[in-house]
Formats: sequence, structure tokens, C-alpha cells
Amino acid sequence: MPPVLEVRNLTKRFPGITATDAVNFTLEAGEIHAFLGENGAGKSTLMNMLYGLYRPDEGQILLNGHAVQINGANDAIKRGLGMVHQHFMLVPTLTVTENIILGNEVVNGLLIDIASAQQRIRSLAQTFGLDIPVDAIVHDLPVGVQQRVEIVKALYRGADILILDEPTAVLTPQEADDLFVVIKRLKAQGKSIIFISHKLREVLALADRISVLRRGKLVGDTTPAQADEAKLASMMVGRDVVLHIEKHPATPGEVVLDINHLQVADERGNIAVSDVSLQIHRGEIVGIAGVQGNGQTELVAAVTGLIQPLDGTIVVAGADITGQGTNRAIDAGMGHIPEDRQQHGLVLSYSIADNMVLSTYDIAPFATGLVINEAPIAAQATTLVQRFDVRTGSIEALASTLSGGNQQKVVVARELARPLKLLVAAQPTRGLDVGSIEFIHKSIVAERDNGTGVLLVSAELDEILALADRIMVMYRGQIIAEVPGAGADRNQIGLLMAGITSTGATA
Amino acid sequence: MQHFFTRERIIGLIGIITALALLWLVQQSVPNGAISTLRIPYANGKPQDAPLFDIPLPTAFTIYVLAGLLVVAAIGLIWRQRADLAPAYMGGVIAVVIVSILLTAIVNNRTDIVDMLGRMVRLATPIALGALAGILCERSGVVNIAIEGTMLFSACIGFIVSLSVGNSWIGLIAAILAGSAIVMVHAVLSLYYKTDQIISGTVINILAVGVTGYLRTSVILPMEAGGNRGAALPQFDIPLLSNIPVIGPMLFQHRPITYMMLMMVPLVSLMLFRTPWGLRTRAIGEHPRAADTMGINVNRMRYFNVWISGMIAGLAGAWFSLEASYNFDDVMTNGRGFIALAAMIFGNWTPFGALSGALLFSAADALQIKIQGFDFALPSQFVQMLPYVITVVVLAGVIGRARPPAAVGKPYEP
Amino acid sequence: MSIPPPTPPTNGWRTWIGILLVPVLAIFTALVIGAIIIVATGADVISAYGGLFMGAIGSPRAIAYTLVEATPYIFGGLAVLIGFRAGLFNIGVEGQIAVGSMCAAVVGAFVTLPPGLHAIVAFVAGALGGALWGAIPGWLRARTGAHEVITTIMFNYIAIRSTDYLIKVPFLDKASSSQRTPFIAEGAQIPFLFGADNRLHTGFLIAIVAVIATAWILKRTIIGFEIRTTGANPDAAHYAGMNVPRTIILTMALSGLMAGMAGASQVLGLEHNLKASFSAGYGFDSIAIALLAASNPLGVIPAAIFWGALRNGAGLMQLNSGISINLINIVQALVIAFVAADQIVRQIYRIRSARSAGITLSRGWGR
Repeated sequence: MPPVLEVRNLTKRFPGITATDAVNFTLEAGEIHAFLGENGAGKSTLMNMLYGLYRPDEGQILLNGHAVQINGANDAIKRGLGMVHQHFMLVPTLTVTENIILGNEVVNGLLIDIASAQQRIRSLAQTFGLDIPVDAIVHDLPVGVQQRVEIVKALYRGADILILDEPTAVLTPQEADDLFVVIKRLKAQGKSIIFISHKLREVLALADRISVLRRGKLVGDTTPAQADEAKLASMMVGRDVVLHIEKHPATPGEVVLDINHLQVADERGNIAVSDVSLQIHRGEIVGIAGVQGNGQTELVAAVTGLIQPLDGTIVVAGADITGQGTNRAIDAGMGHIPEDRQQHGLVLSYSIADNMVLSTYDIAPFATGLVINEAPIAAQATTLVQRFDVRTGSIEALASTLSGGNQQKVVVARELARPLKLLVAAQPTRGLDVGSIEFIHKSIVAERDNGTGVLLVSAELDEILALADRIMVMYRGQIIAEVPGAGADRNQIGLLMAGITSTGATA
Repeated sequence: MQHFFTRERIIGLIGIITALALLWLVQQSVPNGAISTLRIPYANGKPQDAPLFDIPLPTAFTIYVLAGLLVVAAIGLIWRQRADLAPAYMGGVIAVVIVSILLTAIVNNRTDIVDMLGRMVRLATPIALGALAGILCERSGVVNIAIEGTMLFSACIGFIVSLSVGNSWIGLIAAILAGSAIVMVHAVLSLYYKTDQIISGTVINILAVGVTGYLRTSVILPMEAGGNRGAALPQFDIPLLSNIPVIGPMLFQHRPITYMMLMMVPLVSLMLFRTPWGLRTRAIGEHPRAADTMGINVNRMRYFNVWISGMIAGLAGAWFSLEASYNFDDVMTNGRGFIALAAMIFGNWTPFGALSGALLFSAADALQIKIQGFDFALPSQFVQMLPYVITVVVLAGVIGRARPPAAVGKPYEP
Repeated sequence: MSIPPPTPPTNGWRTWIGILLVPVLAIFTALVIGAIIIVATGADVISAYGGLFMGAIGSPRAIAYTLVEATPYIFGGLAVLIGFRAGLFNIGVEGQIAVGSMCAAVVGAFVTLPPGLHAIVAFVAGALGGALWGAIPGWLRARTGAHEVITTIMFNYIAIRSTDYLIKVPFLDKASSSQRTPFIAEGAQIPFLFGADNRLHTGFLIAIVAVIATAWILKRTIIGFEIRTTGANPDAAHYAGMNVPRTIILTMALSGLMAGMAGASQVLGLEHNLKASFSAGYGFDSIAIALLAASNPLGVIPAAIFWGALRNGAGLMQLNSGISINLINIVQALVIAFVAADQIVRQIYRIRSARSAGITLSRGWGR
């Protein structure tokens, strides 16, 4: 029996880089095959070729032993390949049914026959034990349910091979477990599954076979029996990876951030942060763990002055800055590393030098009166670029020419260049290479040792565990638990992130 | 502090201020005991015939009542902050203002109100059609501010063709085709060359003014001097239905393009929300990449939809030069293309919503024409400004809450 | 396309050529198409374009007339350009000029002040009137998200109607048979540079100063930095502590200020009164000037002079060849089209495009 999917010598080049380099692998029927790799290792490119979004430059793709050329998503689906993307491909304003039948509508004459469509979808979902509300509007659904809709969508279109791209990135550990149950059920029904991840533990728990990609090449083909986390990590990175940072114990000083009974609404007017009170001292890192979407974004937005809270107070080093805007927060001694560096942290069309003074352009020595002084700006930029190891040819180079890691270093450099009392870091290492992650973690710890208080918000539990002196868990807009950073139990925190407190009841 | 003045509260306050302004208006220009009479004639009656009935309204009292209703509703809005009712309230404010101005103008006098209603529907035609064109584009994800220029260009071409063959129906077809052609310039600039869509739309508007100005002096005037050929599109009274009082003249005694508008609103609504084409259109405007993964050719659909919208805009243009009058003036469209966009936003990108927005503006327009025959406290220029002021008020009030299609304005890279 | 902000010439003259090439080629292509139209209507291209050229710069007087025509376009181009840099599209130049003209005409004719001072006050009044008329849509945009494209166009209509009324009723010159405001006091006039026959007035010099001031403000001041950052990435501006709503309002006010100065300089320097039918269509043309100038204030001067040359020379062109003045409108519209869609020009002439992230104006409606 030929393998359900085989890839031979597959290669894809882009100007200046070989994204996929002569990759070979097979997928057997009913197999769960995991693809591991860092950001930029080539996982997405490989999957996009399987899904017909890119045309390979060399090599072959064989389905059930026959060489095929896949032209576009529609063709891939016809051939039985279904993809569940990391960022869902669901139209938020349409219903579940409409999303599933899009492009393949069930019609009665000229009009869509919604009733029949719903019927078909319900019975299909039942076959696989996937429970989805067929007439709900997608943007009202929680993320875990949306993902199930994506899976049903792929199955509805006849997928035998399912490709899941970083499926647990947005799930709590408990929702992830539910997903694993679904995946195993799909396997039992004869579907073959490829899933992409950078989370070592999941891969070891779920996969039948593991392939590791590094810089476009397949560097490892193994099974959970033959490998462990350390081995997989070193295959991913190519050297032995330090999984923990050297960190002295914290010596907290006076209170630098005092939040009391904070209440914040989200964009659509729903309460996102509900009666949150916490304190951060100088010289300590407080990490807020939690799955994205539980109010962390709104909490950070309120603390940094971006939006006005509905109620409550925010006091930074004795100064009440509640609802007074970002400038006030900056004046009070706050630094902010935003979640989205390209959208919010940098002006990509500006030079590195100009980006370095984005918050300080109007104070001495960078400005006198109304006029901007170019020389001090250039001097500052040169110093910072060196100090923070930003790889660039010149300080006048546009920020858009930098890699993700270097862009983030510019943002970090800018914020840390000011004397800070409080640093708010939101997802500071998302999407970065290991080298940059190490550097930024070290910078944050150094800042803490310098006496700055740090509020760290991250969806990566590993990051929180590595850096935080105290860990708080945020769930549905509230802080439901606080545990010391040293010796924290990952499983316990995982349960907390899902809202399950130590009494066993759901928060 | 900023938090207290939410959008709903500000709208409510505007309503209260408007009510107070109306009270002041009454004090200034309505004599005691004045009565304004609204006349409702028979559907096919002549002005000198006896009416169906007259509605005498004590002017001051009626306006007081209306103003009072505004205040009550405003208080409700401020208290409850129902964001979804804000557009309806604003529509109410505008309607009350229009009625009050009408009543004040006809003190101790009477006027036929049905012809004003009929004119309101007629004048709404280009705005509603323009809004439909806008909806088709924006729902697909393309910003189209070139509706004004498209209408102007189609009006000109349609008129030229009608003059040359002496048949305004042929001119109508020419206008529709002209609209679809010039809008493709916008499509190519925006979708293929990825020009900023607002700039490419403005380019069309400028091009239309330049080209039509040139055509008017170089082509139309000579043709007209050589002898006028053809006539405006004729009015058709729908048998039986047109005899119903009030409704008859309002809906069933119109010319072809107006009828087409009245039919297209429900038709486009049905197509948008109940057909596969409509589903896909909505998808590509909200999340084009998702639609792409479902096998939909995003850019091809966008080109197609923009092309269709051009035809609708061309139909709207034809209204100016072939139906409302048989003529072509420089900048004949007079901002209606932009008001159409405001109507589209007011109507939350739905056909019926856009129609109600269009009626709001055309009511102000109809009012302005009606009271020219009467003595009104304010100078004519100020009443002429009313539709434009309303547009600004509507935009400012509605835009924050109205959600445009998420992917509008961004070119799609497959 | 996004408007490319001027990148510092890293490669010296090569980059400048790159920036200049597209507008120049756009103009060239538009003139070629104009020539085709001329031929198609049976007229003589040489006499047509010859007349255009001679009428525009064929004599010292012609040059003076061209510069006079260019003056309001310099101000208007600056107005739109300032808006562009902040990501705002000010189509309200027409209305802002109307308000500016009105204020200048009223202060010039109905207020008594010592000569000289009178002119300054009248000019400032016009500038501030325009600034106010720009600031209101700016405030609406900042506070409610109402897109300035539509609101400024509506404000144009409102301004035109209002000034029409004001000229015909309260501020009418009753002694005159035509509908206009009274002539302004002599002490309120802005002096001519080479005598009244040559029509060139000091307003032109003020315009040049305005260009230099704008360039300096944008590049070297704090407010300029805020304007540019708001245009490049308003989210990042907000996150970095800038007051984006205030910047938007200030930008629209500054923009309207320039337009107001256009109106004031026309009234105080050239016409010395305000007629009821004065609208000259500066609004859309200012957009063209800003696009031709590639968002660089210094570029406004050559672009406006070119535009003024077209306008000025059109009269002689019509005399010489019988081609309607409206042809100029088409040529101008084509120039705008080609500059806006610079990709078309690049494709025709096979120029490689510089990779520059620019400013986007269409972020959809609302904030």
C-alpha cells in the first residue's frame, strides 16, 4: 500500500532564500505526523505547497502513489487535502453554516438552501463527535469552537488528509487536550493528520512520527519513543539549547504599580477586565499567564494609557495616571513593549534613528523649543544599536529592512533607553528566533535587577515560568490565582488558565 | 469627562438643541393662531379640484408637540444609551426639522403635500442608486468614491447619444455602458496597480469633470444648436395602483429609472443575502483570504462586482440628463454621488437602509423646492444647504457605530 | 499606490532623478494624448501648443501672468500636501478658499485700520477663516471618525452657498451693478510688484515663504514629526504617546490656513473685492499639485507654475487654433491620473519603482 502522501525532493526558492530545501517525507494512512521547527524554518512554506498555494520549484508530491500537481486551494480540497490554518480562515460576520458551505453552496433554484445545508453539516459533525452550533455567528463563538468549525469545514469538503497549523496556539491546556481527543478520533476513522507545532511536549504526546525542519531542510525523522524534549530542541536549533535563564532571586522594593478594582471594556463594549487589583514592586517581574482573550490585552491597554477604564485606579510610582493617555504614562516612568511590533511598536517607513525617538522626540536633548536636533538623535541611535546588538548597516536604514528579531530589539532598546520605573512587556518574544529571545529575556532580567518593576504578559507559559518572580493567572477578566515563580507547577497553572481552581470548581 | 459624553448622549443633546431651535423658530416667525394646511388631493386630480381632504394643523402647537417628542426620546436615548437606536433617532430629528420648516413656511396657507412626497421619491433615485453601487463595491472590499464622477460621465455620454439618435432609451443604454466602462478605470487602478483607492476614485472624479466639460462645449452645444432631437424618458402611470390616494402618486406615477430604483432595492437585497453570489461577495469583503482558501477568486469577483456597480451608477447618471430633465449642465450631479456614500453608511451597507438614508436627504431637497414658493424666515441659500448639512451630521453621528466590511480599502494579494 | 514620502537622497542625484522622472513623464504623456485629441478634432497641433507656450511664457508680461495664476495653486497645493503627510485627504480647499476670501474681503472693506496694518490684519483674517473651515472637519474626523473626504466636500457646498448669500445680502456693494463686495480700502491692498498692468503681487512672495516655512515645519519641528508619524502609522504614534486627535485637528487647521491664504491673497492682491461667481475650481487642482510635488513642499513651486502656465496659455491656444479651453482640463486630468497611478507610467517607460513604504489614505471609513 503506497503511503497516503509522499513528498520527494521538494524545493521552493524565494529571492535570496531557499525556503524548502529538498525535503522528503511520507505520511501513512491513519498516521499522526508532527512537523517541528522554529519560526522561519520552512514549515509554512512546505504546507502551503501541499495546499496548492505555492508551486514547488523542484520535486514531487504524490498522493496514494500518483504524482500530482496541486493548483490552488480548491484543487487541494478536491484531492482530499484539508487545512486548518493557525489564523482561522473563517469569515467572522457569517454563520457557521455559511462559512462551511462558502464556495460550495447548497442551492434550491437560485437561492441558497440553508436548511438542507444545516442538516448535512449536523450529521457530519455528529459522525466525528464534533459539537458545533450551526446557526451561530462565528465571531460570537469561543476560539476552541471556531477551531472545531474549521475541522468540520475541512471534513465537509471531503478531506482525508488534515493539515493542522499550530492548532494549540490559542487554546488552554484543557482545550488542547480536547483537541487531542478529536484528533485521535479522526485517526480512528481513517483520516491521516499532519500537525505543525513548535511545542515539544505536545508533539511528544500526540504524534506517531516526528519530522524536524531547520532552515528549510529536514534534519530529523524520529518517533516519541526515540526522542525527548532536549533532543528535539537541539535538532530544531542545531545546537544545545539553554532552556532556562540564569536568574538571581528578586529583591523587591517599594510598590511601583498599584492597580485597584480595575474595570475595562473591550472594543465591542463587553467587560474584559473585571475588578482586577494587583501590585508590582520595584525589582520584581510579575508574569500574567493566561490564554489570549481573557482580558490581558485590555489590561495592558488600560495600564499603558491607551484606553480609558470604566472604573478603578492605576497608580504608577505614586502618580495616578488612570485614563490620562499614553503620554502621561510615559511621563510617569512607564515603558511599553507592545504585542504587535510592526503595527504598534514601530513606524516601518521611518529610519531606525527616528524610531528610537518615537516617544522622546519632544524633550531635551532631542529637541529645543519647537525644533528637533538631529545630531543628538543620531548619537543616541548609534549607541543603542551597538548596546542592543541590532544587526543593521546604518542607523538611517528603514525599520522595514530589519528582521523580526532586530525590529523587536529596536523597540526594546528605545524603551529601555529611558530611565524606567515600570516596564510593561506584552508578548515580547512572539515570532522571534531563539537568539533574539535569549537576548530580550536577558534584557528584561537586567532591567529588573536595575530596580525596575516588570509586568510581563505572555501566552507562552514557558516564558512566564522562565522569567517571572510571581505568577498571576488571568481568566475571563479576573486574576484568579497567584503563585510564586520559583518552583511553580506547570500543570497546576495550566488548570488555572482553564479556570479550574484548586478546589476543583471552575472559576 | 470624555467618558460621560458618549456618542448616544451627544446625539441626544443635539436632538434637544434642535428642539429648542425649533421653538425659537416658532417664536420668530409663526403668528398667533396660525394654521398650516396640508392638502391631500385625489391621485389624478388637478390643483383646482376639490381635495380628498385637508389637514389643518395649528402650526405652533404641532411644532411644540414634535419638539416635545424629540426631547422625550432624547432623554430616553441619554438614559439608556441604546447605540442601535441612534441612527433611527437621528432620522427622527431630521424628519421633525423638515416637517417644522414646511409648516412654518406655509403659515395661514395650504399646500399639496402629496406632490412633495412624490418628488421626495423621485429625488431619492440617484442617491439610492448611487448607494446601491457603493454597497456592491464596498461589500466586496473596494472603496469607491468615484460614484460622483461615474454618474457625471454617464449623464454626459447618455445625453450625447440620445441627442444623436433622438431616442432617450438608447441614451439610457449608452449611459449604463459608459458607467461600467469608466468604473473599470477605477477597478484597474485599485486592483491591478494597487493605487490607493481613495486617490484613484478622486482621479476619476477629476477626469470626469474635465472630460464632460470639454464634451459639453465641443460636442453638446454644437449638437443642440443644430436642432434638439429626442426628449426625456416618459412617465408611466401604473394602471389601478396609481389611482390610490397618496400612495399612488408617491410610488406609481413615475418615470422608468425611478421604477427601476424601487425594484432594484429589494432585488439587490435578496441577491446579497440569499444567493451564493451574495454570500461570496460578503465573504470577500470581510475576509478575502478565507474566501480564497474556499476556492473563490477574490479579485475576479471584485472586478465583476465593480463592473456591475458601474452600470448601476451609470443608470443613476442617466437620471440626471435623461429623466429629471433633458439637458446636460456642468457638474450636474452636484454632490449626489457623495451623499449616496453617506446614505450607504447610514444604512449600514444594506439596500433598504440606504434607501431610507436616501429618502432622508431627498426629503430635505424636496422641502427646499417646495418652500421656494413661500415666504420663509431664512434665506434660500440656507435651505439649499440642508442636504449637505444633514450629510455631515449623519456621518458624524453614525460612522463610529456602523461597521464597514472589514477588508474594505485593502488590495488583495492572492 | 501610497504617496511616497521624500526619502533622503542616499544615492545622490540618481534618487532625485527617480523622484522627478515620474511626474515629468506623466506630464509628457498627458501632453502627447492632448496632442492626439487636437489632431482628432482637425486642428493644428503646432499652432495649438505654440499658442499655449507663447501665452504661458512668451513675454515678460506672460511670465508675470503665469506666476499670478500660480500663486493660489501654490497655497492650495501646500494645503493638500500638509494633509497628505498626516494621512488626511483635504478636498475642502475650495470651501476654505471661499471662507478665506470672504474674511479678507470683509475686513478689507468694512473695517477701518491704518494702511499697511490693514492689509496684514485682513490677510491674517483670511488665513484664520480658512484654518477654522479646515479645523471643523478635522475635529469631526478626530472625534467621531467621520471621513474627511466626504465632510470636506460637504463643507465646500456649505461654504459656497453661505458666501453666496453673504455677498448678495449683508456685504453687498449696493452702489455697484454687479454682485460683489465693495472694493477694499487702498491701505488693505497687498502691493503689486511690477505695477498693476503686470498683475504680479506680493502674494506670490508670501507663497514662496509659505513653501519654505512648510518644508521647515515638516522636517525640523516637533509638530512636523507628529504630523509625519500620524500619517505613517497612527497606531504607533498613539502607542508612543502622541496625541493623534490633536495632531489631526492641527493638521487640518494648518491645511485650511494655507487655503485661506490663497483666498486672502487673491482678494487683497489681485481682485480687491469678492464677486458672487468667483469659484474657480481650485479644489481638485490643488490635489494635482500636491501629487505632482510628490509630497515635497519644495516641489509645489514648479508644479504650481506649470499649472499656472497651462491656465494662462490656454487663452492664446484657443485664439490661435480654435481648441476649446476645456482641452486643458482634460490634459490636467490626465496628468493627475498618471501621477496618481505612477505604476502606469513606470510600466510604459519601464522604470523600476523605488521600494518605499508610504502613507495610506484609505483605511476604510471610521477610525
